Amino acid sequence: MGRLDPLFARTREEGRGALIGYLPAGFPTVDGSAELLRGMVDAGCDLVEVGVPYSDPVMDGPVIQAAADTALRAGFRLRDLFTTVEAVASAGGRAVVMTYWNPVFRYGVDAFARDLAAAGGLGLITPDLIPDEGADWIAASAAHDLDRIFLVAPSSSEERIALTVAASSGFVYATAVMGVTGARDQVGTSAEGLVARTRAHTALPIGVGLGVRSGAQAAEVASFADAVIVGSAFVTKATEHGVEGVRALAAELAEGVRKSPSTIG
Amino acid sequence: MSAQETSTGAPDPNAAGPHDPDERGHFGPYGGRFMPEALIGALDELSAEYDKARLDPEFTAEFARLLRDYAGRPSLLTEAPRFAEHAGGARVFLKREDLNHTGSHKINNVLGQALLTKRMGKQRVIAETGAGQHGVATATACALMGLDCVVYMGEVDTERQALNVARMKLLGAEVIPVKSGSRTLKDAINEALRDWVTNVDTTHYLLGTAAGGHPFPVMVRNFHKVIGMEARAQFLDQTGRLPDAVAACVGGGSNAIGIFHGFIDDPGVRLVGIEPGGKGIETGEHGATLGHGSPGTLHGAMSYLLQDEDGQTTEAYSISAGLDYPGVGPEHSWLKDTGRAEYRSATDDEAMHAFRLLSRTEGIIPAIESSHALAGALKLGQELGPDGYLLVNLSGRGDKDMDTAAKYFGFYEES
Repeated sequence: MGRLDPLFARTREEGRGALIGYLPAGFPTVDGSAELLRGMVDAGCDLVEVGVPYSDPVMDGPVIQAAADTALRAGFRLRDLFTTVEAVASAGGRAVVMTYWNPVFRYGVDAFARDLAAAGGLGLITPDLIPDEGADWIAASAAHDLDRIFLVAPSSSEERIALTVAASSGFVYATAVMGVTGARDQVGTSAEGLVARTRAHTALPIGVGLGVRSGAQAAEVASFADAVIVGSAFVTKATEHGVEGVRALAAELAEGVRKSPSTIG
Repeated sequence: MSAQETSTGAPDPNAAGPHDPDERGHFGPYGGRFMPEALIGALDELSAEYDKARLDPEFTAEFARLLRDYAGRPSLLTEAPRFAEHAGGARVFLKREDLNHTGSHKINNVLGQALLTKRMGKQRVIAETGAGQHGVATATACALMGLDCVVYMGEVDTERQALNVARMKLLGAEVIPVKSGSRTLKDAINEALRDWVTNVDTTHYLLGTAAGGHPFPVMVRNFHKVIGMEARAQFLDQTGRLPDAVAACVGGGSNAIGIFHGFIDDPGVRLVGIEPGGKGIETGEHGATLGHGSPGTLHGAMSYLLQDEDGQTTEAYSISAGLDYPGVGPEHSWLKDTGRAEYRSATDDEAMHAFRLLSRTEGIIPAIESSHALAGALKLGQELGPDGYLLVNLSGRGDKDMDTAAKYFGFYEES
């Protein structure tokens, strides 16, 4: 039983997509990020992804790179991640962590899982860890009852999708387009096809990320996916308008995911 | 000559062997694929194509022909007796990769990967470069084979290697200065990976060192093995024996892994990698990844790297742009842990001393990268004494470094 199963049971019952919002911990400061994330939860994010600022974010576009830089320059330390997750959880929000692999490896995979679980985190999204290399994490997540959210991509073969979903719990993260993170005007036609291909291999919920920034796009994605994942647009709003900005965007997106019935209801 | 033999009669460097990683690219605990799923398809495609090509006599013959008729192989083995007087009187031999077309060992790997790019039906090549040697070699191979070429180069490096930027442009490549992070080689690789994940259907990432996700480390090594295989035969021919030690500089480690593999099954031959000690290890400004780093993942592989206690990559420093890298190829990590190879460092000052010494004693201007290996050889020679035999990989020529050298030695002030 995955930690996120109750969430998706509820959104399916309500016949809507789930809204997942991303922000890096420590951006613009440690306290500031906790406040922003709580604002996102209040305004309608069903789940937040707390990002770990990292020196070499090869999957990220300029917006998230700049936010990570800001956080690291402001003195973000890995221990601050756990206090940020705790701040979300204690305010009644649900949080998973999204991180490149090396900070977890360096911290110690089991220790990281233990401390994340203790902080109230529900799972981990690992953009540069594939299940093939994930034996330590699979063991640690089982030991500490955390969800493992691996990624599938438009370039994934059927064989790799099958292998990836078999190792996943909570939900499967489908990267909608080939490319780095960043808001796009169009979500891309490859997303729907990828979701369909992934569904053939799993009953797990499927979230679609990379590019969404508006309520209309959220509605479009929610028509074929179980969750809409929004990152760069939240970072931009936080940069420009602070808590009010992320709250307004979360409210718009929350309305969007309710406009269109989820494919599995 | 059979397809399994080179002109020196040695085994085919592309043949599978006992030093290959496991099928998922692991050298012991190192290597593998710590890469986004979006790129795994491309790595699988590359692995499949390389595995076919390395057994295809047509491919190996074409690669051998290009190395001979285009790159100018075999490169010479030159004894350096006047330099050796400063190395404890040991006999010192230089493997002259500086004499290859484009001026360094980089051309070996580039020709191999460019051939693979054609076989995969891709038309666009991207590459990263530090000192510019790999960028120039890639631009050269793309010009030769009619491929589109984009080179990512840290902004700091475009300034200290302006001549190589001009060479790449002349060869028809687009050079993109990278302004993120430390604006050096590490960030150029990040930016190239971002391009690759966006354009992977049409684009091959022609990685310049024996690092990255599988199959890059083993493939790049095999394309450079020719260095070690030639050197071993030449050394035997000139001296009737094998060297006591082989010295090579290590940034990402491609020239070192290439020459080491000629001797890896000769237990009496010490394999010595020389990392950049920068301003001195104690200052923290260095690039001695194997000597002073710890295991972690960067750019697709598990290997030693320079990182802080949170796993953030820390910035490397070296006077040499080509060694200024906080990671290292995973096979070197394995060779370090198993003890088959040993890794030391040479500071900027030691390397620049060796740079000038080789220029003045032998009339050969080495790359500053290779000067680290020469600095290592000066010490190894002292340790071995007059009975010692040393092989040094002179991985590149120093023309590109003249601005750095002129500033270092104060030549501009004298004129």
